[in-house]
Amino acid sequence: MRILRAIFGHGSGRIGGVIVFVYLLLALLGLLGLTPHNPITQYRIDRLHAPGAAYWMGTDLFGRDVASRLMAGIGQSFTVAFFSVAFAALAGTVLGLAAAWLGRRWDGVVMRIMDVLLAFPAILLALLIVTVAGPGTWTSVVAIGIVYTPIFTRVVRGPALSLKTREFVDAARTFGSSSSYIVTRHLLLNLVAPLTVQVTLALAWALLTEAGLSFLGLGTQPPAASLGLMLSDSRNLMETAPWLMIFPGLAIMISILGFNLLGDALRDILDPRMRRAFA
Amino acid sequence: MNYLLRRLATFPLVLLGVSILVFVAIRMVPGDSITAMLGTEAGLLTPAQRDALAAYFGIDQPWFVQYWRWIGGILHGNFGISVTYGRPVLDVILERFPLTLELALLSMIIALAVGMPAGIHAATHNEKPSDLVVRIVAMIGQSTPSFVLGLLIIYTLSAGFGVLPAMGEFAPLWQDPLRNLSQLILPAITLGFAFAASVTRIARSAMLDVLSDDYVRTARSKGASARSVVWRHALPNALIPVVTLSGIEFGYLLGGAVIVEQIYALPGLGRMVLDAILQRDYALVQGSVLFIAFNFMIVNLLVDLAYVALDPRIRLGEQ
Amino acid sequence: MTTLLSVSDLRVGFGRDPRANEVVRGVSFDVADGETLAIVGESGSGKSVTALSINRLVDFGGGRITGGSMKLKRADGTVFGLATATEPQLTGIRGAEIGMIFQEPMTSLNPVLTIGTQIEESFRLHRGLTGRQATVAAREALDRVRIPDAARRLKYTPNQLSGGMLQRVMIAIALACNPRLLIADEPTTALDVTVQAQIMALLAELKRESGMSMIFITHDIGLVAGIADKVMVMQNGQAVEQGELNQILDHPSHPYTQHLLRDVPHFAGGRAARADGQRDKTENAQPALKVEGLVVRFPLKSSFFSRATGAVHAVDGIDFDLMQGETLAIVGESGSGKSTTAKAVLGLVRSTRGSFSVASRMASAQRGAKPVQMVFQNPYASLNPRLSVESILAEPVIATVGRVDAQIRARMASLLERVGLPKNSLERYPHEFSGGQRQRLCIARALMLNPSVLVLDEAVSALDVSVQAKVLELLVDLQCEFGLAYLFISHDMAVVERIAHRIAVIYAGQIVEIGDAQSVLSQPRHSYTRKLIAAVPAIDRRHEHFEIDTRQVPSLVRPQGFEPGPARWERFGVDHLARMEA
Repeated sequence: MRILRAIFGHGSGRIGGVIVFVYLLLALLGLLGLTPHNPITQYRIDRLHAPGAAYWMGTDLFGRDVASRLMAGIGQSFTVAFFSVAFAALAGTVLGLAAAWLGRRWDGVVMRIMDVLLAFPAILLALLIVTVAGPGTWTSVVAIGIVYTPIFTRVVRGPALSLKTREFVDAARTFGSSSSYIVTRHLLLNLVAPLTVQVTLALAWALLTEAGLSFLGLGTQPPAASLGLMLSDSRNLMETAPWLMIFPGLAIMISILGFNLLGDALRDILDPRMRRAFA
Repeated sequence: MNYLLRRLATFPLVLLGVSILVFVAIRMVPGDSITAMLGTEAGLLTPAQRDALAAYFGIDQPWFVQYWRWIGGILHGNFGISVTYGRPVLDVILERFPLTLELALLSMIIALAVGMPAGIHAATHNEKPSDLVVRIVAMIGQSTPSFVLGLLIIYTLSAGFGVLPAMGEFAPLWQDPLRNLSQLILPAITLGFAFAASVTRIARSAMLDVLSDDYVRTARSKGASARSVVWRHALPNALIPVVTLSGIEFGYLLGGAVIVEQIYALPGLGRMVLDAILQRDYALVQGSVLFIAFNFMIVNLLVDLAYVALDPRIRLGEQ
Repeated sequence: MTTLLSVSDLRVGFGRDPRANEVVRGVSFDVADGETLAIVGESGSGKSVTALSINRLVDFGGGRITGGSMKLKRADGTVFGLATATEPQLTGIRGAEIGMIFQEPMTSLNPVLTIGTQIEESFRLHRGLTGRQATVAAREALDRVRIPDAARRLKYTPNQLSGGMLQRVMIAIALACNPRLLIADEPTTALDVTVQAQIMALLAELKRESGMSMIFITHDIGLVAGIADKVMVMQNGQAVEQGELNQILDHPSHPYTQHLLRDVPHFAGGRAARADGQRDKTENAQPALKVEGLVVRFPLKSSFFSRATGAVHAVDGIDFDLMQGETLAIVGESGSGKSTTAKAVLGLVRSTRGSFSVASRMASAQRGAKPVQMVFQNPYASLNPRLSVESILAEPVIATVGRVDAQIRARMASLLERVGLPKNSLERYPHEFSGGQRQRLCIARALMLNPSVLVLDEAVSALDVSVQAKVLELLVDLQCEFGLAYLFISHDMAVVERIAHRIAVIYAGQIVEIGDAQSVLSQPRHSYTRKLIAAVPAIDRRHEHFEIDTRQVPSLVRPQGFEPGPARWERFGVDHLARMEA
């Protein structure tokens, strides 16, 4: 509750929070099929209909309602983003904690593997994984998840290493506290704040990467709706039907903006230098 | 030098990991490569012909033998033959690389030329109106995917001014510099926009951090002017995060800007890899991914060198 | 003598509404030519903000002058209003007429520039010197602060010099252009006591040479006895008392000044040593903790692949015993190995050799007893900020017994009450407590398992001086009540004098002198102990000058396989041994 109030009291946090909330609502409606029209029904007579009362954001080449497809696409993109970030955060936290706590050889092995993954440009690694597993929603989840795992591993390992040298961990050792107690209570509990920030920012990247993969035809497969796919399809009709490009483009941009704003606000709020006010 | 030596020691290790990963990943792609190579014609082969082909390409051997041969070839500059181009993989890559390198350089120049001054200005005018403007633009820039911006630029140009970005046959820099630049400037701006936004944000926050450091207070206590405090005392200390970010972004751009190359129809490395993946040209995928990862690691090494030049503490092996 | 700086009714505020949030609330003082004014106060008293206001560096920290005036008499005789000056005017004053040195020499110099460049800058800015001339001037400035081998040191970057050396460089920078006023903001707080003495001596000498005035900010009223002419005591943003040094020290009139002088630990050369709890001299007395031949070494490798070429001998053969109800203080400077000794006793660092024997008086009788417990230096870092006080106190119990029952809860409540924390503390979080309260919490936590020995590693060093006194009092009470044995690690002689029965002086990983506290403090025998005690500031050491000693602490790095020779001891009384020197 305190954190919600803090977000609302923070300039960019308020904007980001509202954007994210609206998108979550749209995504939910899109996933539940509560859209103005059926997103895959082709209203053949109304092909390339300009935005208006009947079709708020117009229709596409096949006469499908853009607004409904947009909502379904947001639902799709958010599903991929949430699962992939959950994957990356979970894997990264476990690996990062293991590397930091076990140290020595384990640290070396884990971090070298992460170095290998980091040596690929993000989109290239995702492409490679998609090639191996074949395009599709769950492949995108795994691909984006693996791409961002090293980042979470680093985000967890660094602070975990410094927490490990803090006096309260030394104190715990003098009592004879078990490793699992120290790792969960003293390390993990103190990592909640940086992880929250990172998860929010990672959602922005994940949305971006998902849209990129779909744009290249390697993410969500038609006829399912996806923002990247819609944008890619709009390219040849740019001059006759600009709404096909503008709405999905803005939808992607604003969703990423929302998470970036929220992430920035959370970083300000949870920043260790300002921690005392909110801990 | 201890620091650099340590970094160098892990270099071959990571490269080995990258090569194994790529190799194994390609071997995990469903379907056999002869079918992938020949398409429907593969069905016309007799089993004996198939085996002969497999032996010819060496794919009848266990994977580690194949890996060994591949690596051995690479060490002699032989990356294999691309099936789609019918030419050595390295030739195909090196043909595409200049464009990618030039595009990456142009984008970075734009990003630094815009981002550094903007970031420093915002930091020194913290919480003033101009800082707010810079922050808003940077935030929007960072949130705009390159494909959205690219399409918007193309749309604005064609709908608003009736011009189309220069496409068609790509002209290398040394043949027709003007045409080359006119072809690359829009893609470079497209890529440079988000890049500049990141540089701005990181330069701003690094400067803000540094400006509250003790030694900046010392400089002020000496009577140094505001300008000298910023440029002489604060900036050198704020450069490390900027160099890190620029290095990573530049390194990634060297891997080809797949989407932007696609939008502007540029024959760069990114599109080549994408096509190779779609065409199942495995030798080319394998070779180019390794090439890209290698470049990325070289850039990282250069970034480390820059750290050493920037900060004497790293030079002496602390941290 | 004429007045150099006249400050009247200075008010400084912070935040969006500086007037509503004043940290300095109407402070007035004068500094005459060649005079030293000491401003004394604890954290939050506004002493540093006052100092930073004089050259208006406070502007850059978000502060605003909300009222009052500060008049500086310039070299040409004109009067300059500092409170209303513009930034360009101020850059001409800073460095040229007002120099400043700060608390943390390690962070106060630019890490990426050579110290030569940083000194030359002052000459460039105010004297217009460039190139060769500037270099020569910088070298002379380093000579002036007695840095040996100045020409070579100019090319060093700050990380290549020790804290004491860096503070000298800071002084060289501040005094480069012969300012007539030097502001020193706790310049020795981060330094070891012997280094502190050298810096104080240097400042006194330079002041004599140049005839400058000085404003010296400190929390330690004992420190200024050696250097100040006038003293101003600050509390809560106001000057509660000011006057001549002797007047303030001998006849303080304000209760707060009296408290600072009387209740706060000041070094008294053994006269304030504890008289209670003489150790059991009978042969069969069982020590609570006995340490024999403790050695801690950290192997040194030149690279990842090579074998160890040498070792840091952090602790090199330490023996002592600690009786029930007794405090043994281990005293030494940074890098002496005193904290490593404490950590080795607790098993937090692996000891290379040596044995510990611990006799727990209630030993096996009580479930979950852990005979040795520790209280750490930094009360902010030794409590997990995300755990409630109840979870913090429960941790040792969970670790040993595994379960928290009603009996344990009752013990938590009674211990909290015993260490003087409010009853409702259990549900609260560490950030809701002050530094002193946190340290009480740490003590309560350490007592949860009924230890017989408490290792206190610089346990009061991070606290404000008046809080220190109260925590020390609590420790003495607890010791008497529970018969605890304390191993008290500290660098602070004044604190040690109040709590120790016996003292072990440790230098370069070895004990050089050990014995009865009163005897060691009043008649130190080993040369290092003498030097250490001579460096401790004390109220009754007024205008005393120290020798400037630039010797460095010997390196603890030894070649592989090096073993120190056996120690030979000289006895000076019933319980007082000193290591014989070569």
